[in-house]
Amino acid sequence: MTAMQTTRRGFLAGGAGLMLAMTLPLGKARAQAAAAAAEPFAPNAFIRIAPDDTVTVMIKHLEMGQGPYTGLSTLVAEELDADWAQMRAEGAPANAAEYYNSAFGTALLIQGTGGSTAIANSYMQMRKAGAAARAMLVAAAAEEWGVPAEEITVKAGVVAHEASGKSSGFGALSQAAAGQPVPEDPPVKDAKDFVLIGTDVPKLDTVAKTTGKAVFTLDVFRDGMLTVVVAHPPKFGATVASFDDKAALEVSGVEMVRQIPSGIAVYATNTYAAMKGRDALTVEWDDVNAETRGTAELFEEYSKAVAAGGVTVEENDDIAVLEDAAQILEAEYQFPYLAHAPLEPLDAVIEVKEGKADMWYGCQFPTVDRGTVAQVLGLPLEDVTINVILAGGSFGRRAQGSAHLAAEAAEIAKASGRDGAFKLVWTREDDLKGGYYRPMTVHKLRAGLDVDGNIIGWENVVANQSIMTGTPMEAMLQGGPDATSFEGSSGLPYNLGAKRIGWAKMESPVSVLWWRSVGHTHTGYAVETFLDEVLVAAGKDPVQGRLDLLPADAVRERGVIEKVAEISGWTGSTRDGKGYGIAYVKSFGTYVAEVVEIENRDGVPHITKVWCAVDCGIPVNPNVIRAQMEGGVGFALGTALHDRITLAPGGEVEQSNFHDYPMLRISEMPEVEVAIIQSDADPTGVGEPGVPPLAPAMANAWRALTGTKQYQLPFSGAIS
Amino acid sequence: MTSFTVNGRDVDLDIDPDTPLLWVLRDELRLTGTKFGCGVAQCGACTVMLDGMPRRSCVTPISMVEGSEVTTIEGMEGPEITAVQTAWEAIDVPQCGWCQSGQVMSATALLQQIPSPTDEDINNAMAGNVCRCATYVRIRQAIHDAAKTLEG
Repeated sequence: MTAMQTTRRGFLAGGAGLMLAMTLPLGKARAQAAAAAAEPFAPNAFIRIAPDDTVTVMIKHLEMGQGPYTGLSTLVAEELDADWAQMRAEGAPANAAEYYNSAFGTALLIQGTGGSTAIANSYMQMRKAGAAARAMLVAAAAEEWGVPAEEITVKAGVVAHEASGKSSGFGALSQAAAGQPVPEDPPVKDAKDFVLIGTDVPKLDTVAKTTGKAVFTLDVFRDGMLTVVVAHPPKFGATVASFDDKAALEVSGVEMVRQIPSGIAVYATNTYAAMKGRDALTVEWDDVNAETRGTAELFEEYSKAVAAGGVTVEENDDIAVLEDAAQILEAEYQFPYLAHAPLEPLDAVIEVKEGKADMWYGCQFPTVDRGTVAQVLGLPLEDVTINVILAGGSFGRRAQGSAHLAAEAAEIAKASGRDGAFKLVWTREDDLKGGYYRPMTVHKLRAGLDVDGNIIGWENVVANQSIMTGTPMEAMLQGGPDATSFEGSSGLPYNLGAKRIGWAKMESPVSVLWWRSVGHTHTGYAVETFLDEVLVAAGKDPVQGRLDLLPADAVRERGVIEKVAEISGWTGSTRDGKGYGIAYVKSFGTYVAEVVEIENRDGVPHITKVWCAVDCGIPVNPNVIRAQMEGGVGFALGTALHDRITLAPGGEVEQSNFHDYPMLRISEMPEVEVAIIQSDADPTGVGEPGVPPLAPAMANAWRALTGTKQYQLPFSGAIS
Repeated sequence: MTSFTVNGRDVDLDIDPDTPLLWVLRDELRLTGTKFGCGVAQCGACTVMLDGMPRRSCVTPISMVEGSEVTTIEGMEGPEITAVQTAWEAIDVPQCGWCQSGQVMSATALLQQIPSPTDEDINNAMAGNVCRCATYVRIRQAIHDAAKTLEG
C-alpha cells in the first residue's frame, strides 16, 4: 500500500511539474496556487487536493467540447462533498495503467476517448475516487481532533464535528489525510442524496474559453521550437518519388527540409515561413499504389456490391418471404466521404531531449500514440510523456487507430537529426484533403408489406470500407465483420418480420475513420427514412407506426418517441404549410428521438425548429446534455445540407477549404428544444447520439412537405 | 520595419511584409487568444479589431497594418466586451472553445454598432464566424442577454 502510494505520488509529482508549465487553461490563479503546493494530497491517480483547498481532478478523457472536465469533476465532487467553486480539472497524461477506458475492454488496457463512453465508464470509478478521498480527509480530521470519524460531517468542502465545534477546509487536512490508508472499496451515495449530480454546475472550462486564455496545442511554445508543415501526396496511397527543396530553403525563416514517410517536412522559425516554404517545394509523386478512381466510379462499384447482397451479418427468418409480399418497396442510398473538420486543425508539439520525448497536444488515444512514438524514436515507453491538453474539436478525427499524427510528429523529430522542439501544424487544406474520412457508403433496402399493411420482411445491405481493419483496433474484431460499418442497420428494435442485414466490405487506399456517431451517421438515415416511407405506404402515421412496431419491453425507445411527439405537439406530417418528420436512433447506449419542422423556401429546405427527446440514464449535468443535443443537431444539419468529400477521376480530392466544404452558419441554425427523460439507469454518453436522428427526421419532413425522396446526401447536391 | 500598436503597446517588427497579422500575433507576440481555423477568411476564428473594426487577421498582411491600432481579445476593454463575456459565461456558450475568441470579438463589434440587435442583425454580423460545435443557439441567446444588460 505504501509503495503504491509512493509510486503514484512520484508519478503525479512528475506530471504536475510538466503540466504546470502548460496549464493556464483554467486560469492563472489556479496555476499559482498549485505551484505553491509542492506536494498536494493525492489519494489516487485522479485527485489532488492542495493546501489552498483547490481540488484538481485529472481527467482521463480528452476535453474536446463534449464536457468531461465538468462531468468527471462533478462525479468526484459529489462523493467528496466538495464545493463546486473549489473544483479544477486538468488533462491526465498518457498512462494506461491508471487511466484506461474500461469500456474498451480490460484484457488490454487502453487509455482513450470515443464511443461516447467518458461518463459511462467513469461513473463509478470517479465516484469511488471521490469517496476514497473523503474517507481519508474524515479519518485525518478524526485523528487530529480526537473524535469518532462517524460523528464527522462533510458538506460543501467543509469537514466538521458538531459536538466539539471543530471544522476545517480540505486543504488544512490534506497533509494529514495523505498519511491515512486508502480505502479499497469506499461506499458511495444513494442517488436520492445527490447534491451536484443532476444539477447544472457551471462548466469548468467556460471562462478560459470565453477570454482567449485557454491553452490548446497551437498555443504551446517551447524554447527554440520550429514549426513544421508537411507536403502530403495529393492522391491516397501515393508516395514521394523525388523532390527539390532549393527554392523552399531560400524562403526566409525556413531552416530545413526533410523527407519523412508521410511526405516532405518543412521546418521554419514561424508558421508562415513554413507554409511559404512548402509552397516553394517541387515534389514528384509515385502514384503506382494510389487510388485513382473518382467518386462516380466508386459509387458504381458500391452499387454492384450491394446488389450482390454482401455477407450476412444478421438474420432471423428466411428473407425469401418478400416474394409473397403484396407490396415491395426498394431504395438505394448514397452517402459521400465526410471530413470531420474540427475547427482547430490537427497539430502536435514534440520535444526530444537527451533520449526522452515530451509531447503536448489534444491526444485522444494516448496509449496508441505513446506506443507509436516510442517505436518511431526507439525509446522505452516510459521515456515518452504525452501531456494531454484541450482540443479544438475532434468529432472522431483525433481518435486515430493508426496514430498517424503522433507518428508524423515523431518522424519530424527523428528526421531533424538532433534534439529539439517541433510544432507540427496541419492547415485546413491538409485537413480536408488528408483523408481519415467517414467512409462513403451505399445502402440497399427492401421491405415487403402484406395486404393489411404489415411489414413481413426487411433487407438492408451496406457497402463501405472497414474503419478498424488495418489498425491496432482490428484485434478487437476477433476475425469477425467490422460492426462499426453497419451498426444501426443491425440491432434494430422494430418488429420487421423476416430480416436480413448484409455487408459488402470495400477496399481503397483512401483512409477512413469514425466520424461523430460512426456507423449511425448513415445507417440511421437509411433505416429511418426508408421505414418512414414504408409506414406511409402502409397508410400509417410515422409516430404511431413506429410505436406499433416496438415490442412491449422497448420502454426506453417508446419513452423518447412519445416524449418528442408530446413536446412537438405532433399531429401528423404536415401542418399550416410546414412539414414535420420524426426519426429515432439509439446509439452508444443512449436513446434519442427528434422531430424536425421544415419550410420550403423556393425549393430549398429550411429547418425552423427541432425537438429532441433524450434518455441517457441519470442525467449528470442536464445543461451539458442539452448543449450536446443542440450541437449534435447543428453538426448533423450542416453536414446534411452541404457536405461531401469527392474524388475527381484520377483520385484527387475536389474540396479544399470551407468555401467548398461549407460549415453551418448561425442563420441556418434552428431553435432546438430538448427534453431529458428522467431515469435511474446508469448514465450513458451524449457526445454523439444527438447527431443520427436529425438528417432522417429532416428528410422525412421534406418528403411529407414536397413529395421528394432524398436518397443522396447532402441535400444541396441533389437540389442544385 | 513595420510599426503599429497591439493592445496599446508599440510594436516594431522586421518581418516578411506578406506575413499575415494572425501569425505575427501568435508566433511573434505570443497573443494566442486569436485562433487559426481556415487561413482564407471563411471561419472568423482569427477576428481582431483593426482601428476599431472587426477584421480577419489571417488574410491581413502585416504590411497593411502599418500605423494601425490592433486589439486582440487579450486587450479588449469596455462595457460591450464585459457584457458579452458575462453573458457567454452565464449560459456556458463554449464547447470546444476554438472559435469562441472570434465569436466574442464579432459579438462585441456588433453591440458597439447596434446596441439592441434583432435576430436578423445577429445573422448578418455573425455570419462570418463558424462554430463547428454549433453552439449557435447559445451565441444568439448570449448576444440578446448582453444587449439587455447594456440597456439596463
